[in-house]
Amino acid sequence: MAAHMDRIVLPGDKISDLKESETSKKVVLGPGLRTETEDVYACKPGVLKFKEPNVYWIDTHQKRYVPVKGEHVIGIVTQKAGDIFRVDIGGSDQASLSYLSFEGSTKRNRPDVKVGDIVYSRLLVANKDMEPEVVCIDSHGRSSGMGVIRSGGFLFKTSLNLVRKMCNPQCVLMKSLGNKFPFEVMVGMNGRIWVKGRTNKETVALANAVCAAEHMTNPQIKAMCHRLADALAGFE
Amino acid sequence: MEENPAKLSKNVLMMKFMQRSVLRMEVEQNEEEKQRVIDDEHWVLDLPQLTQREEKFVVQPSYITCENLQYGRMSFKGFNPEVEKLMKIHNTEAELQQAEEREKEIGVSESEMTNRYSTLVGIISKKFSTKRKMGEEPGEKVDKEEEEDDDQLITTTTTPPKSKKGKRKFMKPDDS
Repeated sequence: MAAHMDRIVLPGDKISDLKESETSKKVVLGPGLRTETEDVYACKPGVLKFKEPNVYWIDTHQKRYVPVKGEHVIGIVTQKAGDIFRVDIGGSDQASLSYLSFEGSTKRNRPDVKVGDIVYSRLLVANKDMEPEVVCIDSHGRSSGMGVIRSGGFLFKTSLNLVRKMCNPQCVLMKSLGNKFPFEVMVGMNGRIWVKGRTNKETVALANAVCAAEHMTNPQIKAMCHRLADALAGFE
Repeated sequence: MEENPAKLSKNVLMMKFMQRSVLRMEVEQNEEEKQRVIDDEHWVLDLPQLTQREEKFVVQPSYITCENLQYGRMSFKGFNPEVEKLMKIHNTEAELQQAEEREKEIGVSESEMTNRYSTLVGIISKKFSTKRKMGEEPGEKVDKEEEEDDDQLITTTTTPPKSKKGKRKFMKPDDS
């Protein structure tokens, strides 16, 4: 409903008059909302968002990652423990990663993973009472972009908002940077971003551009990318 | 066993070949006693049965579906061809989904289609029947269903009687 759109809510605020789907009579509650018997309450401070037909969630500023099943995260391998690796994904607990959950790995053919490696992985188990588990294959057994990343680049940590902003189809940051330079980026929903440009200079410039874009609007981002390209080309 | 009035006597049960059935009887008795004890100790709250109501809310803990977030690996200007191939696949998938949704909004649903056509069936079928048939059909029906349908009767009475159309003959011109 129009009254709900982009309203600021605080934890404990009761949210009523939720619009339900016409066909299924259901309401989808995204992150930041919880039910208490029949009522819906906000449990995070932020902006209440709504998407047609019946999806509500709270857009909140957050730095601590809470693992959610199915999300892609960038992890750092911290330990090799027999059949599994311990992976730090920025959550409250380290995640486990089986050596069999890599593309093409078998009992005999172990993947080459070392302590300190960066892995792009998907959360298979994310439960508040259990240790999270990540895998580096999709449901078809293919890697589809996941796995150990060992080709240089630069990894840095940002807020979870910025990560979501980068992955949002409405945001022009990635597109306008992509129009200027050839580069590669990997975004983990846990707030870690890995970038790699042609040179170290470009890589650092890209990382700075991403960090600077957190509170910018789309036109501002476009202008910033323009200036960055000029500066890197030596015009400024 | 209890209903069986002819209980076996103690002496018979003592016999060696009866030992198996003696054991079985004992086990049965024990079971019954246990069941009785459990029933006595089992407390039941004297409340109306809780009915499971259907949950109105679906919890979706991920931002990805809420905000339609893209896949996190991207590459531009051919930096990593593998990733660009993946991006292309993801993008076409997203486009297809969008197109499908648009189709759903604009297009005519199946139920609408059937509703509309079920009313049109009569009108369209008229188009395919020739004029002669149109004349004949009601006439023939009258013979069979005269008593059944009053409405049918009214419509048929307005049409010219069958005898006039059915008996068309070559008429010889007069020579005189």
